[in-house]
Amino acid sequence: MNKKTRYAALVVVTAAATFGVTALLMNVAERKHEARQTHLELVKLTEETVDPVEWGKNFQRQFDGYRRTVDIERTRFGGSEAFSKLESDPMLKRIFAGYAFAIEFNEERGHAYSLRDQDETERVKQRPQPGSCLHCHASVIPAYRKAGSGDVMKGFEIVSAMKWADARKLVDHPVACIDCHDPTTMQLRVTRPGFLLGIREYMKTQGIANYDPNAQATRQEMRSFVCGQCHVEYYFRKPDKVVTYPWSKGLKVEEIEAYYDSVRFTDWVHAETGAPMLKAQHPEFEMWSQGIHARSGVACADCHMPYMRQGAMKISDHHVRSPLLNIERACLTCHPFPAQEMKARAELIQERNLKLLQRAETALVDLYDAVRAGRAAGVDSAAFARAGTFELQKKAQFRMDFVNAENSMGFHAPQEAARILGEAIDYARQGQIGARLLAAHHATAGRP
Amino acid sequence: MDGIKLPAVMALLAGMLAGLGTFTFQYAQGLSYFSNDPQVCANCHVMREFLDSWQKSPHHGRATCNDCHVPHELLPKFVSKGQNGWNHSSKFTLQNFAEPIRITSANARRLEHNCIGCHQEMVGELFPSAPHGSSQDLHCVHCHAGVGHGPRR
Repeated sequence: MNKKTRYAALVVVTAAATFGVTALLMNVAERKHEARQTHLELVKLTEETVDPVEWGKNFQRQFDGYRRTVDIERTRFGGSEAFSKLESDPMLKRIFAGYAFAIEFNEERGHAYSLRDQDETERVKQRPQPGSCLHCHASVIPAYRKAGSGDVMKGFEIVSAMKWADARKLVDHPVACIDCHDPTTMQLRVTRPGFLLGIREYMKTQGIANYDPNAQATRQEMRSFVCGQCHVEYYFRKPDKVVTYPWSKGLKVEEIEAYYDSVRFTDWVHAETGAPMLKAQHPEFEMWSQGIHARSGVACADCHMPYMRQGAMKISDHHVRSPLLNIERACLTCHPFPAQEMKARAELIQERNLKLLQRAETALVDLYDAVRAGRAAGVDSAAFARAGTFELQKKAQFRMDFVNAENSMGFHAPQEAARILGEAIDYARQGQIGARLLAAHHATAGRP
Repeated sequence: MDGIKLPAVMALLAGMLAGLGTFTFQYAQGLSYFSNDPQVCANCHVMREFLDSWQKSPHHGRATCNDCHVPHELLPKFVSKGQNGWNHSSKFTLQNFAEPIRITSANARRLEHNCIGCHQEMVGELFPSAPHGSSQDLHCVHCHAGVGHGPRR
């Protein structure tokens, strides 16, 4: 090798080394920068900025996660694919006989679909629904404010009483940033009137008057309350169709049932038996509140929106989804075991819950058969009502549904779910026995 | 290239590289890694929550990161710092590591050694024959999980 080539080689080596060192320098600088600055304000956000794309200009990382809620991914019992629950569990068709859920009942998709799913469901297409649905299916608060001429609560009542098709024209976006964040400070906040009123009623039972979560809740509580704005049991109050959370006696299933009884509310009349029924919605917040995770101070967001690192930044994952699709971040932060082990634990809980749930459904279907047989033998509705059969069916069915409609297959509070299903089975079988006795009695002594 | 000698150019280039390298080292707070200051461990941001949780832990007043995680003898200390420094910096630069991060078995052995180092009087009798830190052993932190970084979230 002559001198010239040697020098040339040296230049190349030095250049490569300089390239490497500069790259490292830039990398370190970038990380330092990330650690200092969490966002850059490119757009001024206000209470009227509903479009999440605008928010995404300032918060690209969070927006990127939010947009991923369009994903379609199954877990063993849930996930974000809109599979038909009526097909996967045909007993539900009989259980909801006479009600819109017997027409279509699909697994929920992600936040990004919350408005479109409501547009597309046969429950809305075939049965008239009120504007109340917007409370949770749309980014609706500015529309409430406008309808109420500045008063959100008033607008909430006005929009709830509208027809679905008319109310639908007031909104453009599904659940979005402004529903949980203050546009100027990004603080978590609760905006949904139904939750604000409901949690105030519940806190009264805890001895706290005039509770306002936006002023009084801790940050960790807010990380569940923002989800509890919608993932709850509710009903449309009569006659004004205002979305109401039935929490004034407590959050447990029998306390909610007692509330409905106190206002004499039922959802529909069962088409097979003629019994007035309650439909449970999706009481995730209520079920979670009875479980070990809530008791240990673990919020919804800890598992469904766990913290993630991007470079030197720590953000919460706005791709809200089943923790079973994100076990490393969702579970292993607290549970020092392999991901496979945590998945196996969760699925074992869910499988056991499914077994109990199926028993409860079977018990209910047996009750319907007993009532039908009784009717065939000549027992009338008044006799069933007098004997308590209808009340037992309502109790059993509301409990079964409370666990079935709750989107965790029992995981949010396994022992509570088992207790509820145990009661459901007991009430259904009591009703079945009563119906049989009634029929037998009618066949022998009761015949005129 | 009349008048300019190639060796001089080479020296200039090498000098520039050395300067850039030194700047990068300084900018990345390279010297700080030779110290015992706990803040240094959070230089690269990943350790932030471990530093935070240590500040809430019972050992906060008595032991720093290095007291528990690094051997106390000079040579093993810098061997450990070198190994971990290479692992941490290369992985953080390339962003190719699994999360949540977990202690390696070599570092777990060092940690165990340091637990016993301070608590010898209390626990000496508990280890009659087995050499501490072997994989069959029960680690101190298996039960005393909260002593270094507070209760788990």
